Parts: sequence; structure tokens; C-alpha cells
Amino acid sequence: MIMRLALQSLRNRWVTALLTVLAIAVSVMLLLGVEKVRTGARQSFADTISGTDLIVGARSGSLNLLLYSVFRIGNATNNVTWKSYEDIAKLPEVSWIVPLSLGDSHHGFRVLGTNSDYFTHYKFRRGQSMSFAAGGPFKDLFDAVIGSDVADTLHYKVGDNIVIAHGVGSISFVEHADKPFRVAGILAKTGTPIDRTVHVSLEAIEAIHIDWQSGAPVPGQSVTPDEVRKMDLTPRAITAAMVGLNSKLATFKIQRAINNYSEEPLSAIMPGVALQELWGLIGTAETALSAVSAMVVVTALLGMVTMILTTLNERRREMAILRSVGATPATVLGLLAAEGGLLTLAGVVLGTVGLYVGLYFARPYIDHAYGLSLAIDPPRADEWVKLALIVVAGFFAGLLPALRAYRLSLADGMMIRT
Amino acid sequence: MSESLTADVGRQWESASSPDAVSFANVEYTWPGSSPFTLAIADFKLARGEKLLLLGPSGSGKSTFLSLLAGIVVPGKGKIDVLGTDMARLSGAARDRFRVEHFGIIFQMFNLLPYGSLIDNVLLPLHFSRTRRDRARADGALDDVAVELLATLGIDRTVIANAKTANLSVGQQQRVAAARALIGAPQIIVADEPTSALDRNTEGAFLNLLFAQSGAAGASVIMVSHDESLARYFDRVVRLDDIAVATRGARSQ
Repeated sequence: MIMRLALQSLRNRWVTALLTVLAIAVSVMLLLGVEKVRTGARQSFADTISGTDLIVGARSGSLNLLLYSVFRIGNATNNVTWKSYEDIAKLPEVSWIVPLSLGDSHHGFRVLGTNSDYFTHYKFRRGQSMSFAAGGPFKDLFDAVIGSDVADTLHYKVGDNIVIAHGVGSISFVEHADKPFRVAGILAKTGTPIDRTVHVSLEAIEAIHIDWQSGAPVPGQSVTPDEVRKMDLTPRAITAAMVGLNSKLATFKIQRAINNYSEEPLSAIMPGVALQELWGLIGTAETALSAVSAMVVVTALLGMVTMILTTLNERRREMAILRSVGATPATVLGLLAAEGGLLTLAGVVLGTVGLYVGLYFARPYIDHAYGLSLAIDPPRADEWVKLALIVVAGFFAGLLPALRAYRLSLADGMMIRT
Repeated sequence: MSESLTADVGRQWESASSPDAVSFANVEYTWPGSSPFTLAIADFKLARGEKLLLLGPSGSGKSTFLSLLAGIVVPGKGKIDVLGTDMARLSGAARDRFRVEHFGIIFQMFNLLPYGSLIDNVLLPLHFSRTRRDRARADGALDDVAVELLATLGIDRTVIANAKTANLSVGQQQRVAAARALIGAPQIIVADEPTSALDRNTEGAFLNLLFAQSGAAGASVIMVSHDESLARYFDRVVRLDDIAVATRGARSQ
């Protein structure tokens, strides 16, 4: 009966009660949503590369190597000679090796020199392979395969001619205009940096730089595309290489072997380990984000306390009536505390349901627009704990006005003073 | 709270030799706070079944008197006996319980929970008092008892069934409040100027209905008011000034 009266009393003030519940719901959605985006972002980072056991590059920090080779962020400090590449390829434990050559760009999109093995060995999202939305891998020397974002942004289709610029700035004044490329294939959307990459063959990279020295074309020595086809286009150096091993057990052995390679200072990294380093780096930002969403929850609870407190004065009469029919001050206290707990519980439930409904509808869009795949899975144990804590906090927040009501109720007794 | 305690409390008053429903002896109470107000009552008695009008202008200590009577506050000095029970000897929660078991209370106005139905409002004390619930249940299903009581007090049955509490006229509200005070037959009805918002005709009708019901249950009625014209409805009239000394400011020793 008392519980029913509490509910009726709430229904009597349904507009403010609803707004309070909504505020709590939104804060809960934010709290859980931030967590979902955080895990989703981590997952999509982790999903960018899969099936690759080692990444080899010139000696540098592992994070640096990972960022420039896989995420196209930053630049290599040095190159890896073709000889080293061939030596690693010859190791019996090595199942496959894909060369990566970076340094050129096209309208701000990075150009990656590689070979056609790249399209079969590069895996993302737990072993998914690349597929072609149109066309196919390169057949001719001056063929290019572009990622879906490149195609979307620059409105390219198979057969279009493109010119590659030297360097990686979005505006470049030095272009390889004498040797244009033809778009041979467009890759399907992957949600990884591949979407923003122009792929050409390693030989093509060599070809467009054959008449260059020290980063500039040598005047009077230009080589035409037809002439270059007859020349030896074995690369002298690459930027990095992705390595797949026959057995994962050999990973540490090969890593050590490469790190100790005597002819050239090289680094071999395991992508997963380097990613862990990345989490350590961005963990602070994640913590800040979580702290902000926690504060929003606190704000919502404060709003609820304010709401209950402002209605307290008009409810003194209600409490006096209850006291006159034998309700103890403790009952009055419990009534208000229950109200806080009830409102918070409703907010938490609504927020959680709202988040999942929102996720369900927004997921395809977010995946397409940001390459962020958000999982719709039930809250994890620590999230349940958080939700429970919010309800408990709501109950205690409700105690705040309840204690005031208790004091008023003791002072007023059953005599109404208006 | 144990049932046996309730039973004990009940037996106590049944078997009490005292003919008085209420007696005050050398009571003194001071409201705490920065501007203390002290009320001293040397001697006051309310007989069982008596209808008493307590007259006093506002500010004469009527609220304090009612708070003492209903056990909201406990006197610093002296003794208040209600139905043979020394109020000071009950704990706070026990006094709350004692209040609902033995008192029906009607306020000046705003007696009702606006969000509850008329019947909810009438049945409210029964949720806190088993004794009164059992007594009411002896007359039938609780909802029916409430409806009958409301009808006896002059509320139209269609109003009982359909009206929202918040839409009732002041006169109707006071009748619902009277029904709430009377249900389950408590021994003492306390009314704090229940007719001050009513016109003369409604006032008379209200008091007649109230006394008919309280008389049938054998309950005492104590009403406080500043309106001397009400005196004709009561067995006895007491002026608060005659029985109590109110002191404002520094505490009198």
C-alpha cells in the first residue's frame, strides 16, 4: 500500500519524474555508450591486421613501425634493403612475406607499393580477406588498385588515369606526371586504412623513381614509360614487410633472428604486442572519457535530488497526513528514499534498453561511415556492477531529501504549517 | 511491531480504571529553537465519550496542545495519560502506533492525499493499525465499509465512485477526512478547526454527522477552534487560556 502510494505520488508529478528518469537514462546511455565505442575502437584497431605474425622494418620503436606500416600514420625512419628482404624470405620458417613500399601519395591518400600476394595474405577482422568491388589486382606495370574511400572521395572508376605525387603531403608540387597509372581494381570497404590507400606494384614504384635522384627528377634524363618497361625494375629497397610463419611457435625465434640480423639494423614486431603498447598510450584519453561520462551520471543524480527537494515543501502536507495516520518518521524517510531508488532504477533500465535499441539502428551506419563495428552484446560483469552502483547511488541520493523530510516531519509533526 | 504489544495496549485501556480518556497533569513543554515557546498545563481532563470544544485565539498554543495530546512531542515535565497509557513511556515509533490505534485526526484543511482515491484516503489509517483494520473488517469488506461511511457522512455515491480527490469541494474533503478519522472506531477524535473553511449551514451539517458517528462508536471528540458560536454543539467548552500558560521568548522557570 505504501509502495502503491509512493507510485501514485510519483504519477501525480509525472512530468518532473519523467524528465528526471530521462536525464538519468541519457547519462546511463552515455556511460555505456562510451564503453561500447571504446571497446569497438580497440576492436577495430585490433581488427586492422590479422594473420600477420611479424612486421619487419628498419630499426625503430615497435609502435612507430606498426603505425606507419599498418595504419599509414607517420613515416619510416629508414628503408630495408632488398637483400635483407630476400634473406628473410628464404628462412625455412617463413611461409609468406609481403613487401611494403611507402613514400608517395595521391591527393593525400598514401600510395603503397607491394605485390599481388598482398591481396591474398593481408587479413583483417579475424581472418577476413580483401575482396574487389570492381576490377581486379594489377596486371600491367602501371596498374593501381584503390581502396573504397579513395574511390568514393575522388569519384574514380576502373579504367581512370591517375597521377601519383612524390611525398606524402596532401598537396604536392612534385608529381610523377610522366608515368600515369590506370585504376585496375577497387577494393570493397574494409573499415581499415586499406580503404584510404592506393596500391601499386613494387616494380611501378621503382619505375616512377628510376630517373630520379635525391628526391627530384634529374633534368634531361627522363625515361619514358615504354623505355622503363624494358629495364630491370628489381627494387633496391622497401619500407617494411609483413611476414607469415609456418608455425606460430617459431615467432620468437624468427623475431630474434631478424633483430640480430648482422648486415642491417632491423626490427621485427608482433602486431598484437605493439597494439598493447598503443592501448597504454591512449589509455589516459579513455580514462578521461570515462570520467566525463561518470560525471554526467553524477549530474543526473544531482538533478534528481534537486527535483525531490523542490517538491518537498509542497509534500510536507502529504507527510503530515501520513504522520497523523500513524506513519513513523522512518516510514516517511523510506518513502522518499524509495522514490530516489525507483527513479534511478527506471532511468538505468530505460538508458540500457535505449542504448541497445540505438545501437541496433545506428550500427550499420557507424560501421559504414567510421569503419567502427560496435558489438551488440549484453553488458559485461563490470558494466552490471556500474549499473547496480548507479541504482544504489540513486537510493542514497534519495536519502538526502529524505533526511530533510525526516527532520521537517519531526518538527512539523502532524500539524500542517503552510 | 509485535501483535502482543498492540493487544497489551488495547487491554490496558479497556481495563483502565480511569474514567478519563485523556488527562494532563502539571505538563510543561518548550519548543526547541531560537525563539522558544513554552506551554504549561496544570490540569486538563477529557472524559470518555465527551464532546469538548477547546477555545483559543491563534497563537495561544493550540498546535502545541494537539501535538502533546497526539504524542507527536513528549512533555519535558508532567504526565499525559491517554486511555490509561503514559505517553512519555512509549518510544517514538510506539507513540506513532498508539496514535493511529486510538486517535482519528481531522485537520483544518488539505486533509487528503490528492493522488489517492476517496476510498484510498479513508482506508489510510487501517494500513498502520491492525486493531482498527480488524474492527472495520467486522462490518464487511473494507472498500464497502469506506463507501458506507462516506455515504453516511453525506457524500453522494456517484461522487464516491467517480470523483477525483483533488476535485472535491472543501465541504466534501472535510467529510472524507471525517470518514478517515472515524473508520475502525478509534476512541478519540481530534479535530483542528475542521469547519473553519465551511459556511454556517455546511458547518452544522458536518458537525451533526460527525457527532452521530462518534456517538455511535462511543468516541470522545476534542475540537479546537477560535469560534465561540460552535459551543452549542458540545458537552463542554474549555478556554485554553484558563487551563494553560503560554510563554514566549526566554524560558520561564
